[in-house]
Amino acid sequence: MEPDLFMLYRQMLRSRLFEEAVMELWNEGRISGEMHLAIGEEAICPGVCTQLRDGDALALDHRGTPPLVMRGVSLVLLLKEFLGSPDGLCRGWGGHMHLFAPERLTASSGIVGAAGPTAVGFALAHQHLRAGAVAVAFFGDGAANQGMLMEAMNLASAWKLPAIFVCKDNQWAITTRSASVTGGDLVARAASFGMPAVEVDGMDAVAVWKTAATAIARARTGEGPSFIKGCCLRSEGHFLGDPLVRVARHPISEITEIAPPLIKAVGKFSGTTLAARAESLMKITELIGTTVKEQYLVKDDPLKRLRDTLGAQKKECEQIEEQCRREILQAVEDALPGR
Amino acid sequence: MREMSFAGAIEDALAQAMAKDSRIVVMGEDVHMLRVNLFARFGKDRVRSTPISEAAFLGAAVAAAMAGLKPVAEIMMVDFIAVAVDALLNHAAKLERFSGGNWKAPVVVRTACGGGYGDGGQHEQCLWGWLAHIPGLAVVVPSTPADAGALMLSALEHDGPVVYLEHKLLADYWLDYLGAGGRKSVSFDVPAAGAKGPVPDQWESVPWGKAVIRKDGSDLTIASLGVSVHRASEAAEDLAKEGIAAEVIDLRSVAPLDIEAISDSVAKTARLMVVDEDYKEFGLSGEIAAQLLERGLSFRYGRVCTEDTVPYARHLEDEALPSRGRIVQAARTLMSQRKP
Repeated sequence: MEPDLFMLYRQMLRSRLFEEAVMELWNEGRISGEMHLAIGEEAICPGVCTQLRDGDALALDHRGTPPLVMRGVSLVLLLKEFLGSPDGLCRGWGGHMHLFAPERLTASSGIVGAAGPTAVGFALAHQHLRAGAVAVAFFGDGAANQGMLMEAMNLASAWKLPAIFVCKDNQWAITTRSASVTGGDLVARAASFGMPAVEVDGMDAVAVWKTAATAIARARTGEGPSFIKGCCLRSEGHFLGDPLVRVARHPISEITEIAPPLIKAVGKFSGTTLAARAESLMKITELIGTTVKEQYLVKDDPLKRLRDTLGAQKKECEQIEEQCRREILQAVEDALPGR
Repeated sequence: MREMSFAGAIEDALAQAMAKDSRIVVMGEDVHMLRVNLFARFGKDRVRSTPISEAAFLGAAVAAAMAGLKPVAEIMMVDFIAVAVDALLNHAAKLERFSGGNWKAPVVVRTACGGGYGDGGQHEQCLWGWLAHIPGLAVVVPSTPADAGALMLSALEHDGPVVYLEHKLLADYWLDYLGAGGRKSVSFDVPAAGAKGPVPDQWESVPWGKAVIRKDGSDLTIASLGVSVHRASEAAEDLAKEGIAAEVIDLRSVAPLDIEAISDSVAKTARLMVVDEDYKEFGLSGEIAAQLLERGLSFRYGRVCTEDTVPYARHLEDEALPSRGRIVQAARTLMSQRKP
């Protein structure tokens, strides 16, 4: 089976443009609190979400906007929710981390790892009530170290539940490099629960789609859960205003603020050895270096990759791009008339 | 005397304690960034970044405390403690009793709490009443920079488990991290006296479980803690203009609870209002009333608390959290009732 590339491209673009609009509204101060965007994850979500049908369930993390966009939730309702409107998807009570769409069996959570048990519960209900339906959990590599997520994978395997665990691996756990706090390999870890566990190129929407097709078919036919991990990017940091991204983008103003207390602390008489202090400073420098690299040197982009694949079909692509742009503009206008 | 921010005071007091006692180890998610100054000075072995595995590292911190370390385990936000609460509820809090008084777990759990910046109900809870409900667990909530530093020392000196709650409206870096995110386009109602203030040159602990009177008054007692102390003090100024003299008590500690201080004040005023940003039902506000009744006091009673899940939308949140306006209104109602 081959995916419809134009359909994938459309969904990825809708997600990207929608989140860019959200970023603008957040910068204007119209959206409160944190904002976790999924820019850089666009190959993974549509690779899975475009194969879901009525009755299927989604358990989302704090980056849950794109799957809702792709599942056809009203963009205006989503925007109004982010704006804190009483007419929003959750009447202004949830915000972007706590989005709920009962008619699509979609629940999100700001508690890292919670998507695991949620997907297992949805899958259990499916086993009793909706044979053939599946439940998908989206989570990050940081969440993979939460006990409840590992327990959920075990339960899904033991009960042969129609669940698909999708790990969006951006190599970061907030501002910690995941590799520095993770033992072993996540794919091998999932496989050890007795389910098919596959690593896929998380920047390649077509590859994700094909891998997800196998996992979804397996779940639909009652053969049990699967695990998919794809590496992706986190262009906008853990959340908008991520301290490392800020240093990378505004080095002078940010370092002027961070350096004085840091230099003072390093120079204190009591503390660890000079070598250990130097090691700490090196680690911070390394993290900033990695962030700078991600911000300025990594040219990979899941959207651009698919666009390049579709290169020859310029006219169709441009038509999709124009339609998506208009759709997002209209949604913003409807949510916030006359902005 | 020096001038310091609330967060700066915590860090300064913690650094002073860490320099003196090598058994103090900070552990939690992202602490190499969040505590970058401590990380640079004390190194990666004493400022340990953890995976997002609260159940594992909080459980480990409790046992490490049993085995001689003095861990300061950081749960980024108190909401996330739910994932790991077993370590406190069934282990740290029970140890002294289970061991017949022979073993204790001197662990400090440092965690951010509170709302007022529009992050929603999974990130803005207080939960101190919920935690203080557990026998064997101490819970402290500073409201000024001076208390923030001193209470950190008190918590480190305490021989059992302590939850140290740091309100995000007072801790500038948390508010920037989670609320502003570098934006100039948003603003927050930050109580100035709580965010910045005088602190001693050398940190000393404060007596364990002692409240302080922030403002004297004879008509009405307002017992509160954290950001709500500042809201109550502002409300007391409004009430003074109406000729009502409110006494504002800053509890500083939920457990142990300084019921003596509240009782002394209520014996004088015969009117008590509890202002509590934590949930209203089955919590601190009801507990204070019950303990005073047990002592045989007669008094009029009112409370201003958070009554439901904290809403995401800022305008709904403003209505949900205890505010100057709500406190003034509740005080007027209380004053309109005849003394018992």
